[in-house]
Amino acid sequence: MVENLLDIQNLQVEVEGKKILQDLSLQIKSGEIHAVMGPNGSGKSTLCNALMGHPKYAVVSGDALLNGESLITLSPDKRAQKGLFLAFQYPKEVPGVTFGNFLRLASNNLKRANSPEFAAIGPAQYFKVAAEHMSELQMDKKFVGRSLNMGFSGGEKKRAEIVQMLALEPKIALLDEIDSGLDVDALKTVAEGIQKAYEKLGMGVLLITHYQRILNYIKPDFVHIMIDGRIVKSGDASLVLEIEKEGYAKYLTKK
Amino acid sequence: MSTTKEERVKNPEKFDFKTEENSVFKMEKGLSKEIVMEISRQKNEPQWMLEYRLKALEIFYSKPMPKWGGDMSGIDFENIHYYLKPSEKSERTWDEVPDEIKTTFDRLGIPEAERKFLAGVGAQFESEMVYHNLHESLTAKGVIFEGTDEALKKYPELFKQYFATIIPAHDNKFAALNSAVWSGGSFIYIPKGVHIELPLQAYFRINAQNMGQFERTLIIADEGSSVHYIEGCTAPTYSSSSLHSAVVEIIVKKGAKVQYTTIQNWSNNIYNLVTKRAKAEEDATMFWLDCNLGSKLTMKYPAVYLVGARAKAEILSIALAGKGQHQDAGAKVIHAAVDTTSTITSKSISKGGGRTSYRGLVKIHKGAKGSKSRVVCDALLLDKESRSDTYPTMQIDENDSAIAHEATVAKISEEQLFYLMSRGFSESEAATMLVNGFIEPIVKILPMEYAVEMNRLIEMEMEGSIG
Repeated sequence: MVENLLDIQNLQVEVEGKKILQDLSLQIKSGEIHAVMGPNGSGKSTLCNALMGHPKYAVVSGDALLNGESLITLSPDKRAQKGLFLAFQYPKEVPGVTFGNFLRLASNNLKRANSPEFAAIGPAQYFKVAAEHMSELQMDKKFVGRSLNMGFSGGEKKRAEIVQMLALEPKIALLDEIDSGLDVDALKTVAEGIQKAYEKLGMGVLLITHYQRILNYIKPDFVHIMIDGRIVKSGDASLVLEIEKEGYAKYLTKK
Repeated sequence: MSTTKEERVKNPEKFDFKTEENSVFKMEKGLSKEIVMEISRQKNEPQWMLEYRLKALEIFYSKPMPKWGGDMSGIDFENIHYYLKPSEKSERTWDEVPDEIKTTFDRLGIPEAERKFLAGVGAQFESEMVYHNLHESLTAKGVIFEGTDEALKKYPELFKQYFATIIPAHDNKFAALNSAVWSGGSFIYIPKGVHIELPLQAYFRINAQNMGQFERTLIIADEGSSVHYIEGCTAPTYSSSSLHSAVVEIIVKKGAKVQYTTIQNWSNNIYNLVTKRAKAEEDATMFWLDCNLGSKLTMKYPAVYLVGARAKAEILSIALAGKGQHQDAGAKVIHAAVDTTSTITSKSISKGGGRTSYRGLVKIHKGAKGSKSRVVCDALLLDKESRSDTYPTMQIDENDSAIAHEATVAKISEEQLFYLMSRGFSESEAATMLVNGFIEPIVKILPMEYAVEMNRLIEMEMEGSIG
C-alpha cells in the first residue's frame, strides 16, 4: 500500500476575524486512526472545515500538506481530488439530485480528475456498486432514487456520508462528529461501516468526537485532546478511558 | 449522420454560425400597407387573408405599446425585415432541400437519426417552411402536418374555419403585428380518435440580421385525439436587435389531449413576444411545457381557456435570465365551465443581474362550480444582483371553487456549494448541479433527449457564472 501523509504544521485559522485554531500540528499516515476529542467550541470542526477548504475558514499561518503538497491554496474540489474527504456533521440537502446519481457522478468525476483516460461508469453498472456500498451501511436500496439528504433522518444522513466515503475512496478521511445525533443502533451501524471502509481502503482517519462511545467500536491508534484551538495532550487509546472518568476539567484548568 | 443532438449542445460554438444569406426575395425593412400587400401577393393568398392582414395592420397601428412587462423601448419597428423567403417553394423531401439550407441544418444537428425518433419533421428556416416530411402512417390516418402557408392553400375551408378564432388580431399589439405579417409556422390537424404516440417536432431559427420572425401555428385536435408537439429554438448571435413575435393557437376538442413543449434558447438580443393560447372543451386536457432561456426580453404567458366541463390545464415553465436578460413569463387560465382544473408550476432562475418575473392570471367565472386551481412559483437567485418578482392575479367569481397559491424564493448557499465541492465538483459544476436539481421536477417530464439538452443548456449558461 502506498503510504500517504497528511502533515498539519503549526496551523492557525481564523473565522470571521476570530482566531479559532492556535498553532496546531498533527501528522496522519495511511492506516492510522487519530481521534480528536474535546469540549464544545474547542475548534474541532474548524480543523475539519479548514482542512477541506471552506471559504469562511481563513488559514492565517502554518500549512497543511498532503504527501508533501500544500493544500492551503487549493479549492475544496482540488483537495477532494488529491484524496481528502470530509464527512459532514450536518450534511446539506440537495433537491433534485438523486443519491444514486450523485454517487456515480462524484465517483466518475474524481476518477477522471486523477486519470483522464478513465471511462465513466454508466448508471446501470454503477447501481450495483452503489447498492453494495449502501448494504455495508444497511441502507435500503430505494435511497438511490431519493434526492440527496432530502428528508433523510439524522442517522440516514450520517450513513449516506459514509456511503459517499466508500464511493470516493479517500486517502485521508476527516469525520466531523459522525456520531452526533445517532441512537445506539445507528451508531453501531455507522461505526461498523467506517471500520469496514478503513479495512478496505486503509486510509488515514481523523475522527472528531465529543464522546468516547464511538471509540468502543473504532479503536484509535492515537488520541488527542483539543482545548481552545490547541492539542494539549496526545496519547494512545488509554487516554479515552481517562477522559471518560475524569472529563476535560484537568486540561481546561491548565489554560 | 454523425452529429447527435447531445454533441450539438456540448459544442455551443456550433450554435453561433450563420450561413450566407441567399434569399431569393428580400423585402425592404420597415412596415407599411404596401409591405403587407406584397407579402400576401408573394404568397398568392386568397383575398380574405389579404383583407385580414390589412385590418390587423390597422389594429397594430391603433394599439399603444404595452406599458407593463419588460422594457420594449429597444424595438424599432422600422428597422425590421418583415418577410424573407429563402427558396422558391417549400420542399417535400430532404433531397430537394437547397444545399446551403442543408448545411445550416447539419450544423444545427437535425440529423436523419432523429427521424427515427420523430414521427414528422417540420423545420422552419427564416420565414418559410422549407422542409416538411410527414411519416406515411400519419398521412394514412388523415393527420395534417403542414407549413401554415401550405395549409392555407391546400385546406382552405379547414383553415378558415379555425384561423384566428382563439387569438384574434385585436387581442394585443403583437398579436396584431403577427396577424398582419405572419409567415410560416405549423398547421396540424389530428382527426377524431387518432393518437400520435411520438412527438411532432419543428425547429425555428432566425438567420437573417434584423429579421423578425412571425410564425403562426394552428393545432386542431379533434374529439378524443391526442398529440404532443415540440418546438426547439436556437438562434445564432447577432449584434443588432431582432424581434420574434409568434402566435400559437390550439383547439382541443372534447376528450382530446394536446401537449405543446417549447425549449428555446434565443440569442441575447432578441425580443421574444409570443401569444400562445389554447381552448379546451369538455373533458379535454391542454398541457403547456415552456422552457425559456436566452433572449433580451421574453414576454410569454401560455393560456388555456377551459370552456367545457371537466377540462384540464397544466402549465409548467422554466425561465432562466442571465446578464441583461429579462424573462417575464407566466401563465393564464380561464375557468369557464364546471369542474375544471388547472395546475401552474413556474420555476425561475436569475443570475448575473438577470431578472425573472412570474406574471399569471387565474380567473374562475361565476357558475364554474367545483373548479380547482393550484399555482406554485419557485424562484432561485444565484447572486445578490439578480432579481425575481411575482405578479399573480386571481379573479374568483365563484364561491364553489378552490384555489391554492405558493411562492418560494431560494438562494444557492455557500454551504451547499462547499458540500458539493468537497466531493470533487468545481464551483460551476456544483452550481449547475443545484440549478439542474431545482428544475428537475419539470425536466424529468421532457422526452429524454430534450432533458439532456436542457441540462446541457443550463451547464453552458452556468459556465463561468459563479465565483
